Amino acid sequence: MDAGGARSQLGWEPSPEQGWVAPHIAEEFPGLGLAWVEVDGRLGRTTEPVLQRLRDLSDRFYGSHAIHMRERPIPWAYRVFFRQIGLDPDRTRTPIEQLALDRLHAGAFASRGMPVDALTIATVETGVALRAFDAAKLSGRLCIRDSAPGESLPGKPGKLAQGTLTIADERAPLELLFGPSTADGGLESDTARIAVVAVQVKGVPQAAIDEALWIACAAIQA
Amino acid sequence: MLTTLRVGGDERLARAELRRQIGRLEHQLSRLAAEAFPRVAIDTGVAGHFAEPRVAGLAELEQVRDALADRIAAARVALETQGELETSNRELLRRMLAAPAEHKWLRISRADVGEPGCGHWHSRPRLGPLGMLMGWWRVKVSSGCPLSARLAAVER
Repeated sequence: MDAGGARSQLGWEPSPEQGWVAPHIAEEFPGLGLAWVEVDGRLGRTTEPVLQRLRDLSDRFYGSHAIHMRERPIPWAYRVFFRQIGLDPDRTRTPIEQLALDRLHAGAFASRGMPVDALTIATVETGVALRAFDAAKLSGRLCIRDSAPGESLPGKPGKLAQGTLTIADERAPLELLFGPSTADGGLESDTARIAVVAVQVKGVPQAAIDEALWIACAAIQA
Repeated sequence: MLTTLRVGGDERLARAELRRQIGRLEHQLSRLAAEAFPRVAIDTGVAGHFAEPRVAGLAELEQVRDALADRIAAARVALETQGELETSNRELLRRMLAAPAEHKWLRISRADVGEPGCGHWHSRPRLGPLGMLMGWWRVKVSSGCPLSARLAAVER
């Protein structure tokens, strides 16, 4: 879907808010960034139009796409970033590669409810890494920073090793920047507003970030 | 092996250069892996240094870069070896097609010559045992696995 299509489905134009990156991290990783949009949405079953969209995506995503995916600029950019932050993208998959692998194993993009399905659609369409958080639980602007001594992720036992790269709000870390997902974004049955967050790395154009956020918001509100 | 660039002792610049090299090597490795599929399985794995994302230091970045360079070298050798094998098999196939009786019962698959699909060429006697006795050999060409749609059509 093009950006115009996503906008017309939404009926309003999301204006992504830009997060900040800790200066010493930004110095190491030019191009690293964070953008998010808040949208009304709840945890729950996926609506039929979104399920149909998932089926359509499954039908036009073949094994050859998965094989050649890492040659495309955006998936390649995330692979490179994974290497640069000490992760092996063949073990800890980038979001788009994990979805491609799941698609090949399951034979389809299986529905996992909302808002996960919305993020799946946007990621498969654009290659951009997305996360969802409960907007009501966020405090101030989001950022990418390394963890301080004694910090931990919400709802998870144990402390983060100092220097772990995280997505954080002005209070505390919310989630690992990439890697094994350890938090659920704080989404609960009473969540009424969802913050869809896109992580940008060097090589991923701003247009792709905007597009991913638009698509995800449109799917959440479908 | 590439050497680390150190400018005025500034490790940050060295890390930036290593990250650039890692990006370029990752692109080359990805291209080789795609080119090799499905003929040769290319190992693209390079052990990560951390279980969780961190800013990798100079030593870790150097190890990733060197491991990627090693993987690329191994991939090129594997592809070259496979290419030579396929060329040799194509030559053997050419000789078999020209003289089936000199290559009795030899079977060469499409994969052996680097072509997609699951067909094969098989040197077999015409008319079974009689052909064997008379020396009537020919190459039978199999078109490969029937497509699932065709199988479904047959079952209908």
